[in-house]
Amino acid sequence: MAEKIVEISALSKHYLRDGFDIPVLDGISLTIDKGDFYALMGPSGSGKTTLLNLIGGLDRPNSGTIRVAGEEISRLSSKELARWRSRSIGFIFQLYNLIPVLTALQNVEMPLLLTKLSKADRRKRALLALDIVGLADRADHSPRQLSGGQEQRVAIARAFVSDPAILLADEPTGDLDAASAKEILILLKRLNAEHGKTIVMVTHDPHAAEAASKSVHLDKGVLTK
Amino acid sequence: MRYFILIAKGLGRNKKRTLLTALAITVALFLFSTLQTFLTAMDGAVEVLGDSRLISRNAVSLIFPLPISYLEKIAQVPGVADVSYGNWFGGEYQDRPQTFFAKFAVEPESYLRAYPEVTLAPEAREAFAKERTACIVGERLAEEFGWKVDDDVMVSGTIYPGDWNFTIRGIYTAKRGFDIRTMLFQWKYLDEGMPPGLQGAVGFYIITLADPAGAPRVAAAIDALFENSSAQTLTETEKAFQEGFNVMLGNMKALVTVIGLAVVFAMMLVAANTMIMAGRERTREIAVLKALGFDDGLCQRLLLAESVTIALGGGVLGTVVAKVLYQATGFTMGGWFPAFNVEWSTVLAGLGIAVATGVVSGYFPARRARRLRIVDALRNVG
Repeated sequence: MAEKIVEISALSKHYLRDGFDIPVLDGISLTIDKGDFYALMGPSGSGKTTLLNLIGGLDRPNSGTIRVAGEEISRLSSKELARWRSRSIGFIFQLYNLIPVLTALQNVEMPLLLTKLSKADRRKRALLALDIVGLADRADHSPRQLSGGQEQRVAIARAFVSDPAILLADEPTGDLDAASAKEILILLKRLNAEHGKTIVMVTHDPHAAEAASKSVHLDKGVLTK
Repeated sequence: MRYFILIAKGLGRNKKRTLLTALAITVALFLFSTLQTFLTAMDGAVEVLGDSRLISRNAVSLIFPLPISYLEKIAQVPGVADVSYGNWFGGEYQDRPQTFFAKFAVEPESYLRAYPEVTLAPEAREAFAKERTACIVGERLAEEFGWKVDDDVMVSGTIYPGDWNFTIRGIYTAKRGFDIRTMLFQWKYLDEGMPPGLQGAVGFYIITLADPAGAPRVAAAIDALFENSSAQTLTETEKAFQEGFNVMLGNMKALVTVIGLAVVFAMMLVAANTMIMAGRERTREIAVLKALGFDDGLCQRLLLAESVTIALGGGVLGTVVAKVLYQATGFTMGGWFPAFNVEWSTVLAGLGIAVATGVVSGYFPARRARRLRIVDALRNVG
């Protein structure tokens, strides 16, 4: 039986906006096994990014439980949650979110600053991660000197450099041209297949979702299939 | 140290802004150092003076003279070891009338006895005592004007009209507290140049006490001696005499302090505003750092460290430049002070202000970083 890496039960989230209570997720239950490549699909406003944020510990639910990588994260304090994120989660954002003043290598090294690794080891691991995404030769380049696809690959290297339990990607191809998007999806598939990384990817693009091995659909805060 | 790269890169993000912010603090702290040194120099000028000498002057005002005939009477007062006298001359050095320096007409031998802190070569001492037009100048003054022994100097009188010619016969040095940017010449030369009715006028007497503890008694005895004369005296210790000058400057001192502090405060506000703006521009990055696992406290400390580094950089530059500059140039504030040295305590106080500025100006962006909700920040910018 596969090890469960994400266990979500009766999860609800709503926001208060201008005095109105807006439900976003309504009693969601979902289990993701270790090594899965899941696509979270749904139209805009369906709650898929909110669900991803909750899995990544970036936000807190109003009710329900989320157990990720063996930790019941809704009970963790802000500091504990940050420490847990650094160990267990790698984020890939739609807009890459690289730090513009750092080189590609320094960007990838960033999560390793929170570990006890020496400077030499950090550098070695960051270079290895860049090598995996095919950008070892661009280590000293700043994000401005990279194309969108290359920036996203650096962001992916940053996401897995600390060997987290799960990679969370929010529309990772949403800001890329078709060719670059294809490269990114191939890379994610490789990380899943060859390196055994569990990936949860939010996308509204059916082509992107095809890269995943499983998919779930959200509509108005409810899982539909 | 492992986060040094983040702090360093953060500072280099907008080099021009970082530099200008640091420069604003540099200027503010340079001003602070100058102002503080001005105040300590004023107080220091008093502190180095002891209570072993008394100054006796006209009770009405320093600008009114006393008769030379008082000399013998003062000398006979019990507790008086020695008496000298002199006049403030004023006047402008003909070659550089805009550059002020003090000029006193004094009785050479007794004056140099009264101020043993003055060091003068024996031949210069002898020439100063014998030659009517001889003068001696402080080493800083000689250096400033490029004067050498035997040079002729012409001074145009402002209080005592006419052109007065002098020959420099010596360049003196002195211990701290005695102005080495002063010119001293024979009182008799001045007296002989005065019309007959105005001769024999002394600006002040310098009384060396046999025992400093007897200062109040001797001062009272001297003043009592001339109580019923047309020119009453006011005798006080040299220290009190100097303090009297400072009291006259009191309002200016307060004004300079207030204006200076206001300028410093305004520049600090400018720095704080810049740092708040810089912090706001980093919203997305802070959110990303937090998503990567940097906790709230670490994000707060990183922004504070940046802010303190800028402020401290500016502070070090401002205070150290002030110290080195004033020391290297021998600045005396137009001859007002014998020395205008920025004390290390002032440098330390300046650095303390710089750190405080860094903390205060970094506080708001750092607090904002601490409180930032990742999802809100990413939603707003994404």
